Amino acid sequence: MTEFFTGLFLVVGAAFMVVAALGLVRMPDLPMRLHATTKAGVLGAGLMMVGVAVYFGDGGVTTRAVAVIGFLLLTAPVAAHAIGRAGYFVGVPLWEHSKTDELKGRYDEKTHTLSSPPEMHEPEDRDDASR
Amino acid sequence: MQMFDIAIIASNVLLSIALLLGFWRLYLGPTLPDRVVALELIASLTIGFIAVYVISSGRTPFIDVAMVLALTAFLAAVGFARYLEKGGHRDDD
Repeated sequence: MTEFFTGLFLVVGAAFMVVAALGLVRMPDLPMRLHATTKAGVLGAGLMMVGVAVYFGDGGVTTRAVAVIGFLLLTAPVAAHAIGRAGYFVGVPLWEHSKTDELKGRYDEKTHTLSSPPEMHEPEDRDDASR
Repeated sequence: MQMFDIAIIASNVLLSIALLLGFWRLYLGPTLPDRVVALELIASLTIGFIAVYVISSGRTPFIDVAMVLALTAFLAAVGFARYLEKGGHRDDD
């Protein structure tokens, strides 16, 4: 039974890794590639580490596997955010069919500060006193 | 018992396919951030390989290698991001 669940976790995790790599190759854009690899890659590696913890069932091994999963979950979003931010600064082009670029024109490239436009669209259900 | 060996081999094969695809993007990638993304995925794939090797060989100290590799990949990604922001390809000054 332990071996069955270990094999299941390993194969499902490796399948998520393949999905992540497929997204890395097939997606047309840097943020989409980040989207594919970060989420699916962390899920795949975490599932394989869960497989390790299930297979050994030992206290020390389980603790270390949980530590690996925790480090992955902590570091992967931060790294993806840093890479995406740097890519936007450098000027990596977006996909040509992208609808909106919210940061376009609002970003000071010298000082790295974000400014809101003067004609900010206000939501309907909010009064002017909260502005 | 037989199913378990098949699962080990299948996960190795799947990870190898993913590694080939990652290296293809690393070779192809139009810009440097794309290559950094590919390198980060390759680090995650190496963690998966370490998991499979630990299970198939029973050498549990290799989990520490996976832990250190996760942190090192994070440091590499942040270092590349800092390099790009602080004037890698952008004609800032």
